[in-house]
Amino acid sequence: MKERYSQRKLVDAAVRGLCLLATGAALIPLGLVLYYVTSRGIGGLDWAFFTELPKPVGEAGGGMANALLGTLELVGLACLFGIPPGVLAGVYLAEFGQHRFAKLVRFSADVMSGVPSITIGIFVYTLIVLRTKSFSAYAGGVALAVLMLPTVTRTTEELLRLVPESLREAALGLGVPKWRATLSVVLRTAAPGIATGIMLAIARVAGETAPLLFTAFNNAFWPTGLAQPTASLPVQIYTYAVSPYDDWHQKAWAAALVLIGMVLILNVAARVLVRHRVRSR
Amino acid sequence: MIQSLALARTSEATRESARTPARPSAAPDRPKMRAEALRAHFGKTEVLKGITLPVESTTVTAIIGPSGCGKSTFIRCLNRMHEVVSGARVAGKVLLDLQDIYAPDVDPVRVRRRVGMVFQKPNPFPTMTIRENVLAGLKLNGLRPKDTEELVERALRQVALWDEVKDVLSRSGTSLSGGQQQRLCIARSLALEPEVLLMDEPCSALDPIATARVEELIHELRERYTIVIVTHNMQQAARVADFTAFFYLGELVEYDRTDVIFTRPSEKKTEDYITGRFG
Ligand SMILES: Nc1ncnc2c1ncn2[C@@H]1O[C@H](COP(=O)(O)OP(=O)(O)OP(=O)(O)O)[C@@H](O)[C@H]1O
Ligand SMILES: [Mg+2]
Repeated sequence: MKERYSQRKLVDAAVRGLCLLATGAALIPLGLVLYYVTSRGIGGLDWAFFTELPKPVGEAGGGMANALLGTLELVGLACLFGIPPGVLAGVYLAEFGQHRFAKLVRFSADVMSGVPSITIGIFVYTLIVLRTKSFSAYAGGVALAVLMLPTVTRTTEELLRLVPESLREAALGLGVPKWRATLSVVLRTAAPGIATGIMLAIARVAGETAPLLFTAFNNAFWPTGLAQPTASLPVQIYTYAVSPYDDWHQKAWAAALVLIGMVLILNVAARVLVRHRVRSR
Repeated sequence: MIQSLALARTSEATRESARTPARPSAAPDRPKMRAEALRAHFGKTEVLKGITLPVESTTVTAIIGPSGCGKSTFIRCLNRMHEVVSGARVAGKVLLDLQDIYAPDVDPVRVRRRVGMVFQKPNPFPTMTIRENVLAGLKLNGLRPKDTEELVERALRQVALWDEVKDVLSRSGTSLSGGQQQRLCIARSLALEPEVLLMDEPCSALDPIATARVEELIHELRERYTIVIVTHNMQQAARVADFTAFFYLGELVEYDRTDVIFTRPSEKKTEDYITGRFG
């Protein structure tokens, strides 16, 4: 009996050690990425980086203000195009979706979330860019929105399912019409969780390059309109990184650092939101 | 005595409902509600097998019976909440002031405004404050009451919660204790001034003190509202109810004045149940 116990403790310690090791191994790439990007990028960050347009090849200085603004614009458009239909589709699936059609929607959403982002870029290219004969911010926004859509839909559905049935019944029992109960009680109860999911979806698409290459493309100047090609941080990083110029390499690292920073802020904000919700319960 | 025994018994009641109104002699003339040959299904299973039962105006009617006999289903049929569950169906009639609430032109939402419901588990809206919870029924129905403060105070006083929460009205509804939450839910229903209040085991999650409070409350509400309460607690039924109906396996076994049910039931099954021989 005693022997068994010590043996069990040994196995326990071994398994625990293995888990710890695996966790460490998983964290190494993350740590390395953060380290490299920070150490290489930090030098390129100055006031000009955030406020000036890129300079032509050979000229020193300049910044990426247009790409920064462009990314915000594209992500904003993606939210505009992606969040409302995503949330509503999630509401449909969770609250009204017992039919076969709902199964189909759910299945397509799952398939879509596995589609490589470059495919979505090509899709939007054929759908919008070829027709309008121009790269544009809204084409980029649509591409990112399509990318967000399945995540937003499924997150919304999952979170609505977590809302206890008793709250729906409470609302219906008060003589509240179903649509009103769904919007004002069920959706509102799940709202912080859905917001978190949406922020994670945004963080995910903010760094996407492939779908923007043939949709928003790039632009060396300030964004002037939604129908114009628009610069973005990921595409700018790509362009600069594959260029032969050291100065551009440096800028690409700096941009990568800014992008990581943005994504990190979104992630942390999402988490804080969750914590806040838990505490207010 | 003879008279009061000649009452709704399951099978006869269904068949003879038209001829013998199942109403005890002490009751006012016209029942507030009346189920007629009411059948309820979950998918293919029939859980209510033809219930005919009156609910007398401004009285308390208790529904008792072993677990799974269809008590909850029955009262959910009284405000059209049964059909909310997918696959659930209802057949038969439920009259509210002589109008069939299952008639095709009746809007279930309007029925639920007139026939309020309090659930077994307190379910205040977690995103709303105590004040908002009380007003939820009105607000969500698009009504803008004029004097909300007074309305909130009146509803909370009615459920004897005002003194406990008057200083924390903007706290979350879920920050209250279970018993307080249940009284808040009752206040939320009362704020809509329903004509009938259905309560499904409202005290089963409450401690004895909170239970006593709710029972007191039922006593007071009985003056103005028609109440139907489901309970597993025989003493509670005896304490609060004017009439008691005993359900068994989806059928109404016996319905009578509460004192009759508990002292001289005419059905063997009822007697066995209330004396604790089964159930
Ligand atoms: N959602 C549902 N789907 C299918 N069957 C159900 C559902 N809810 C209840 N039933 C069945 O209907 C019957 C009656 O249930 P009901 O909830 O009315 O019983 P009850 O008398 O309220 O029991 P309890 O005292 O345990 O609350 C039970 O046999 C139960 O199995
Ligand atoms: Mg029940």
